[in-house]
Amino acid sequence: MQFSLTDIAKRNVLAVQEYSLLAWSSVANIFTSPRYVADTLQQADIIGVGSLPIVVLTGFFLGAVLALQSANSLARFGGLSFTGQLVSLSMVREIGPVLTGLMVAGRSATGMASELGSMQVTEQIDAMRALGTDPGKKLVTPRVISTVIMLVVLTVISDLVSMAGGAVVAVFMLRLDGNQYWSTAWQSLGVGDITMGLIKPFVFGFIIATIGCYYGLSARGGTQGVGRATTQAMVAASVIMVISDLFITQLLLNFFPFK
Amino acid sequence: MDQSNNSHEPVIVFEDVSIAFDEKKVLSNLSFTLLHGQTKVLFGVAGAGKTLVLKLALGLLRPDSGRITVLGQEVSAMKEQDLFALRRRIGMVFQESALFDSLNVEDNVSFRLREEHVPQDEITRRVADALRFVELEHTVKLFPAELSGGMRRRVAIARAIVSDPKVLLYDSPTAGLDPVTSTTIVELLVKQRDVFQTSALLVTHRLQDAFTMATHAFDRKLNKMVLVPPETDWDSKTSFLVLKDGVKIFEGDASEIANSDSEYIREYLTQ
Repeated sequence: MQFSLTDIAKRNVLAVQEYSLLAWSSVANIFTSPRYVADTLQQADIIGVGSLPIVVLTGFFLGAVLALQSANSLARFGGLSFTGQLVSLSMVREIGPVLTGLMVAGRSATGMASELGSMQVTEQIDAMRALGTDPGKKLVTPRVISTVIMLVVLTVISDLVSMAGGAVVAVFMLRLDGNQYWSTAWQSLGVGDITMGLIKPFVFGFIIATIGCYYGLSARGGTQGVGRATTQAMVAASVIMVISDLFITQLLLNFFPFK
Repeated sequence: MDQSNNSHEPVIVFEDVSIAFDEKKVLSNLSFTLLHGQTKVLFGVAGAGKTLVLKLALGLLRPDSGRITVLGQEVSAMKEQDLFALRRRIGMVFQESALFDSLNVEDNVSFRLREEHVPQDEITRRVADALRFVELEHTVKLFPAELSGGMRRRVAIARAIVSDPKVLLYDSPTAGLDPVTSTTIVELLVKQRDVFQTSALLVTHRLQDAFTMATHAFDRKLNKMVLVPPETDWDSKTSFLVLKDGVKIFEGDASEIANSDSEYIREYLTQ
């Protein structure tokens, strides 16, 4: 089958339009009944509690390796005591939200795409509509709300655990004073850093859930289509998240510039 | 169940309905009316547009032109959000059952009732009634993957009838099943038609199922369908509509289709 450039352009514009409608309705559904509280809590458990081990593990070791790498550079300038500050600022402002987002995208965006994709290709989504239930309200909105909330919570946990990882390296390998590490780590954090660190997972959570649901609900062509949707969801969620990170950072730097 | 005898009231009306995919017309100017308590059987080979008719009636798809009215509401002009309320009065049995595979039989059948916040006692009673109707009371805790193909269809029928719909849409409910299981399913459709007088659109490519429906009635005393002698003055409430390449080529009752002059229909009947 051959497609002209116009066909490809039309298809992409249609995809953007459908994604935008899904994203918009996922938010609008919050303000109209019925609301699926039980489904939202169940998703929060799957996304939040389920992602906790990988977020804790990656956060801890990334914090540790960040301390190790930065200590090497800081030592050249006699600034080894700033290790805690560097770890906390890097993690809270940037690495924590992005790392947690990527982990949750890998686990949840793919999970949503494959689950909803399987439902789509086996007509379960049509069956739900035929039974008088809006799949947007029943399936999409609970996933979006729970991903947004849980990603913020997971990011905070990741930040704390990574600082702990940095502390372990600082105390046991670099022989720094633990109290000094923690005090510089805490004191260096301002309102702007924390705000930036909390706004990013809020946006990333929305991107992960809506992209995962969009690719799932757009799946066509049996199990192969579900596999394709799952891969595309992971790739698209990660890429859009990282690109949006640049714009969010630039925007927030206007409000919270570096001291 | 609604058993009022308003048999002249139209339940589903298609007026000049057409739809195309990728510039290929799949339905062309289709018009028909389904009256209350009647069953209309849609025939046609694979790809004739039969399933499409059901999806259009439910508002799952929109026609390119024409008008579709279901239970007095113009489906073809309604917003998706408004359609959900109407769909709660319609039961649909999908070809591959489309049961929710992460829910057990009880939760599948009770799905609509839970959405409507029906009290738990009533849910339990109505689910038991619906599963008794399809003779699957023992499967409540089983998951769809643990059921045979025929059992899945019967659960799908139970899910469709549990909320006492005004109209039922069956999409090839006997496709791919063995003759014994097919007869069981057809018997359920006859029972639903004769006991509860539910209006229905039945899509199938199996002539024998349609003729069984047109020649059998459900005997409540014997609790099974029985053949009605041909000389009996009896209204089977079953009519036939044949689609060929998305165009209606026949509409009438069992004797009319059996005596049709159309070469296509005669060929279809003899195969």
